[in-house]
Amino acid sequence: MASLNVLVLVCLIYVIFLFAVAFAADRAALHGRGAWLRSPIVYTLSLSIYCTAWTFYGAVGFAARSGLEYVTIYLGPTLVMIGWWWTLRKMVRIGRSQRITSIADLISSRYGKSNSLAVFVTVLAVIGTTPYIALQLQSVTLSFSIFAETDMISGGPSSQQSTAFWVASGLAVFTILFGTRNLDANERHHGVVMAIALEAVVKLFALLAVGVFVVWGLSGGVAETLAQIDASPISQFEVTNSRWIGLTMLSAAAFICLPRMFQVMVVENEDEGHLRTASWAFPAYLMAMSLFVVPIAAVGLERLPADANPDLFVLTLPLQEGRDGLAILSFLGGFSSATSMVIVAAIALSTMVSNHIVMPIWLWMSGESAMVSGDVRSVALLARRLSIAGIVFLGYLYFRVSGGGAALAAIGLISFVGVAQFLPSLMGGLFWRGANRVGAIAGLVVGAMVWMYSLFLPSFGDTVFLPQQVIENGLFGLSWLRPQALFGAEGLDPIVHAVMWSLLLNTFVFFVVSLLSFPRPIERLQGAQFVNVFQHSGTAGSWSGGLAQSEDLLIMSQRIMGASEAQALFAGAARHQGIAGLLPEPTPDFLQQLERELSGSVGAATAHAMISQIVGGATVSVEDLMAVADETAQIMEYSSRLEAKTEEQARTARQLREANEKLTQLSVQKDAFLSQISHELRTPMTSIRAFSEIMRDTEGLTEDEQNKYSSIIHDEAVRLTRLLDDLLDLSVLENAQVVLNWQTGNLAEVLDRAISAAGVNEPGFKVDRIRAKEQLELRSDLDRLAQVFINVISNARKYCDASDPVLRIRSKQSGGNLIVDFIDNGSGIPTDKQALIFEKFSRIGETKAGGAGLGLAICREVMARLSGTITYLPGQNGAAFRVTIPIDVEAAKAAE
Amino acid sequence: MSPKQRRMPVFVERKTYRRRRMADGARMLPILGALLFCMPLLWAVSSPPKTTVTMFYLFLVWIALSVTSAIISRHLHDDDNGSQSDAENGGR
Repeated sequence: MASLNVLVLVCLIYVIFLFAVAFAADRAALHGRGAWLRSPIVYTLSLSIYCTAWTFYGAVGFAARSGLEYVTIYLGPTLVMIGWWWTLRKMVRIGRSQRITSIADLISSRYGKSNSLAVFVTVLAVIGTTPYIALQLQSVTLSFSIFAETDMISGGPSSQQSTAFWVASGLAVFTILFGTRNLDANERHHGVVMAIALEAVVKLFALLAVGVFVVWGLSGGVAETLAQIDASPISQFEVTNSRWIGLTMLSAAAFICLPRMFQVMVVENEDEGHLRTASWAFPAYLMAMSLFVVPIAAVGLERLPADANPDLFVLTLPLQEGRDGLAILSFLGGFSSATSMVIVAAIALSTMVSNHIVMPIWLWMSGESAMVSGDVRSVALLARRLSIAGIVFLGYLYFRVSGGGAALAAIGLISFVGVAQFLPSLMGGLFWRGANRVGAIAGLVVGAMVWMYSLFLPSFGDTVFLPQQVIENGLFGLSWLRPQALFGAEGLDPIVHAVMWSLLLNTFVFFVVSLLSFPRPIERLQGAQFVNVFQHSGTAGSWSGGLAQSEDLLIMSQRIMGASEAQALFAGAARHQGIAGLLPEPTPDFLQQLERELSGSVGAATAHAMISQIVGGATVSVEDLMAVADETAQIMEYSSRLEAKTEEQARTARQLREANEKLTQLSVQKDAFLSQISHELRTPMTSIRAFSEIMRDTEGLTEDEQNKYSSIIHDEAVRLTRLLDDLLDLSVLENAQVVLNWQTGNLAEVLDRAISAAGVNEPGFKVDRIRAKEQLELRSDLDRLAQVFINVISNARKYCDASDPVLRIRSKQSGGNLIVDFIDNGSGIPTDKQALIFEKFSRIGETKAGGAGLGLAICREVMARLSGTITYLPGQNGAAFRVTIPIDVEAAKAAE
Repeated sequence: MSPKQRRMPVFVERKTYRRRRMADGARMLPILGALLFCMPLLWAVSSPPKTTVTMFYLFLVWIALSVTSAIISRHLHDDDNGSQSDAENGGR
């Protein structure tokens, strides 16, 4: 028989070993050694605090009562874990980017850093967790008492109480020692995590050892064990659908929402990649934990007396068979499960209590200002230590008051339902931008009330909190308000009933109130950052810097973070800003960084409040709001910008194409002209040469012949000269070397001169003028102007192909300009050529008149010198040119 | 984030494509698991099945889910450009 003393000794050695491991891990982490501390396996094992003593012992009891149903408690977490890509990944990312310290912190951060929400979540978490801690104490004392019974030492309730007391004290000491080494709750508790990882191995090993012993030691093999299960009272799979699905969902929700799970999963997470390993390793761990539960239950039911507590089969089976070693191992497994849960739950809850309840109250009491003397750091640490002691003590008290009876055993699922109330606000906060603070508070309040009324209060028994009458007939005698048959939903399992109603009403109220109320800017900002954490893991709301004084901030931070850490932070920020010394400019960026650092120590809401005391209020900048406003707006703006750019480019491309076309045509024109001009030059040269040769070589030329030949030579020479004059003229005009001769005259006279000079006073060509309208005085270089007119008129004479050619000349005055239109009745100039006619050397079609193609180019240059223009006038049923001349050229020049 | 990065390319390189399909798989796996875990309820419609049979079924499904999850998460390993493609993927 195992002596109780041996058990106590083993237990003490184990505890000392745990302390040593935690201490070594902390030291290793401090010295930067121990990369294995941060391995994904340690992370996965630390998640196993989900398996508490309630699951270690209770699963077998559960199975002994209702068969395979116990497995739902593990199926929920399995599904959540393999679905990590949906939820856990996002939670961990947010936890890291926002420096979240607890689930209350996450929810309050999401909803605009609201402290009232954080307080509510904290209170609900404490109410939900305290009975659970009591349950762990109960399991340890119960297992002790089993050994005491077999040891024939008179135990009695008093010794049970003292066991519970010593266990609770030991746990509080351990947690305070390793859980509050550093203030920054966001830093990893390497010692604690290492210890619970070790305990995870111990409890798995213990349960597997008992299972192997039962299957192969007691039953004699797998086949025999299966036969034994078939022969046992739990041989049939008899679960109701609602319980199977309801409990699976409940355990999945609790896995996400339990404060202690949040602590190890998100807060203690070292690396997002660890989730990847945990996503398969943790389901495998759970599978192994539940593998031997049914065999142990079946064998226990058969071998142990009928009145034996099935919750303790894991312990009593080896004891009855005289395997003391195995029994002690099994005890250590249960002990590990209980202690690791209490430790982590105490850390998680104490962070919440001190950050969201104690610190705000203390700050408020100490005179409205974070600038008062005294060390906030030590206050915060003390608050956290006292909270740990208080929470563990509260658990102990609960255990004492409730008497450790069967009522306590049922509390596991009941507290699951309590914390599951966080689920709608949590998930809504992660995935729905529209969720807001008022909605979250309303949903939580309704959910918590339904939970309290329909499950938590009735669990104390008929008469403790709710009178029997209320349970049977409903509140105020309204039968549809019966706690366990709300709205007439009778016949449901109480747990499933409470889960259904509390979560349904919670979600409904949360959703509807969120729809109807309007969030504050900071809520919307936080909402965008949480929901779209993968797009912008970056910034939170910004401070309106500049008002704050860096020195005040430094003083405050020193008291929270410790002097050296705060100074290092400030100096680093100053260096980053390029400022020598310790005090950086209080830029929004820096204030934001500081707030995040502080929130690691005192929680987001408190950090926010403390900085706003000094800075004088956070603002949400226009940029932030724009970031929140709507991504679609950004996309629309971007696409419209893109469209405009595309259009502009298309326009440019069109212009380029036109220019290119013009250049190509010009090049063709030039080639054509070169051959033309050489032809033009050659033709007179040839005749000059030929006739001069005749005159030189032929003897006996008559006077007439000589006259004829020499006049031909003369004419040709004149033609050559004219051509060369034109070229010279153009070149002079283009280089602006021309000397203009300003004179005043009458337009009609200029036109008369031009018409006679162009030689159109012949029968076949009619000029249609309205002389009355041409009596306009103008001041210009009239000779040059006449040159332009001559050119245009002679062009009309040369090129007008009508059978009865008529040139209309119309003049009018428009503002400070005279406009003279020359319109013939020929076929005009084709549209594609209109752009080219003013270019040098351009000639339309096969010329019949042998021009050099310089006339219009010269006209254009002349008009430019005279501050006027000459343009082609399309749409006049013939070739039409418009000449615009300023009435007073000197005034026009001055205006330019 | 500049609007430029928001633009999702229609075609991505093979590796990224594979990674996204693995992410789809990771999303579907819990749904599949939930369905499989509810199967015994269907057997129980006519008469309750034997505990041992159900137990074997559940544990086999459990192991299969763990193994599948391990394979999928292994392929989700190259997280170096993960945030980029996550963003393109709508962050889901």
